[in-house]
Amino acid sequence: MNPLVFRLTLPILFGYLPLGMAFGVLFTTQLDYAWWAAPLMGVVIYAGAGQILAVSLLTVGAGLLEVFIAMFVLNARHLFYGLSLLGQFRGAGWRKLYLIFGLTDETYSLLTSRPRSPNTNHELDVDFRITAFNQVYWVIGCTLGALLGRNVVFDSTGIEFALVALFIVLTIEQLKALGDAFPVWAGAAAAGISMILLPPAHQLIGAIAIVTGVLLLQYRKLRAKPGAETSHHV
Amino acid sequence: MSDTGYLVAFIAVAAIATFATRVIPFLFFERHTEHPLIKHLGRYLPAAVMALLATVFLQRSGDWSGAAPGLDAILAGALVVIVHLWRRNALLSIAAGTATYMAIRQTGILDSGLTG
Repeated sequence: MNPLVFRLTLPILFGYLPLGMAFGVLFTTQLDYAWWAAPLMGVVIYAGAGQILAVSLLTVGAGLLEVFIAMFVLNARHLFYGLSLLGQFRGAGWRKLYLIFGLTDETYSLLTSRPRSPNTNHELDVDFRITAFNQVYWVIGCTLGALLGRNVVFDSTGIEFALVALFIVLTIEQLKALGDAFPVWAGAAAAGISMILLPPAHQLIGAIAIVTGVLLLQYRKLRAKPGAETSHHV
Repeated sequence: MSDTGYLVAFIAVAAIATFATRVIPFLFFERHTEHPLIKHLGRYLPAAVMALLATVFLQRSGDWSGAAPGLDAILAGALVVIVHLWRRNALLSIAAGTATYMAIRQTGILDSGLTG
């Protein structure tokens, strides 16, 4: 099972190692705390943008309430991810808490896009391993960055594009699996509107709020016209 | 509060806030898993979220101040789409797009090609 999981998560390895390293380098060069606090944050917080924000909050010695609000708002998009995994995580037992804890953008993308067999228990096992592999990549990146600091020599400029490419590939896969382009266009349009109207820090949550609203309207329309769903979506 | 004390409290608060955003749906909507609205969102939200993540991060990876604004990201992104529609091999598509993007970024070929 592990070779399959490694193959599935390989794009995330290419994204998380350099990004985790970027965080680690930022942490050691900006702050005077011990280096191991960087990987520790990767273990217990595990949020890319969140940890980078945390560095700037630590630099100014932000108050704890401020920290809570800033981290919650920055990660608020995750509120919507769980909504579409309620059924999938059912019966996960002891694995469930970790599956929820590890729900980053990238893990969510992999878990909702991959094909699933009827063997729920096996699939949840694969989900669990995907989540764990991704976090291991992230923690290794944080550790390397924090230890190497400014001595990073390999010119990896641009390697983080692997995550953008992953999102593009998964969009195509979702499109093929769903056979309905509407949510994809709605998502792209919501992103466009959000990028025009909102500052970068609020664009993701703005776009997710817009597209969730659109899907709610679509739901109401489909409910008002019983029987329309099959003709509309096949 | 000592430096270490502050750091430990900081990390704990940041971890709780992040976990809260991930666990709240499971705490409040678990009983409604079979509700048709939740099923509707479960079916269509992932595709919509994937498309918006791709759009936002593609825009952010582009250099919009150069001689060819955004072309670095658009070229690499288009290559990912083409290679993926052609071979439908996720790793190949991602590797092709990432290598192209890295080459464009590290050589500065788009800028020099148009200005010099």
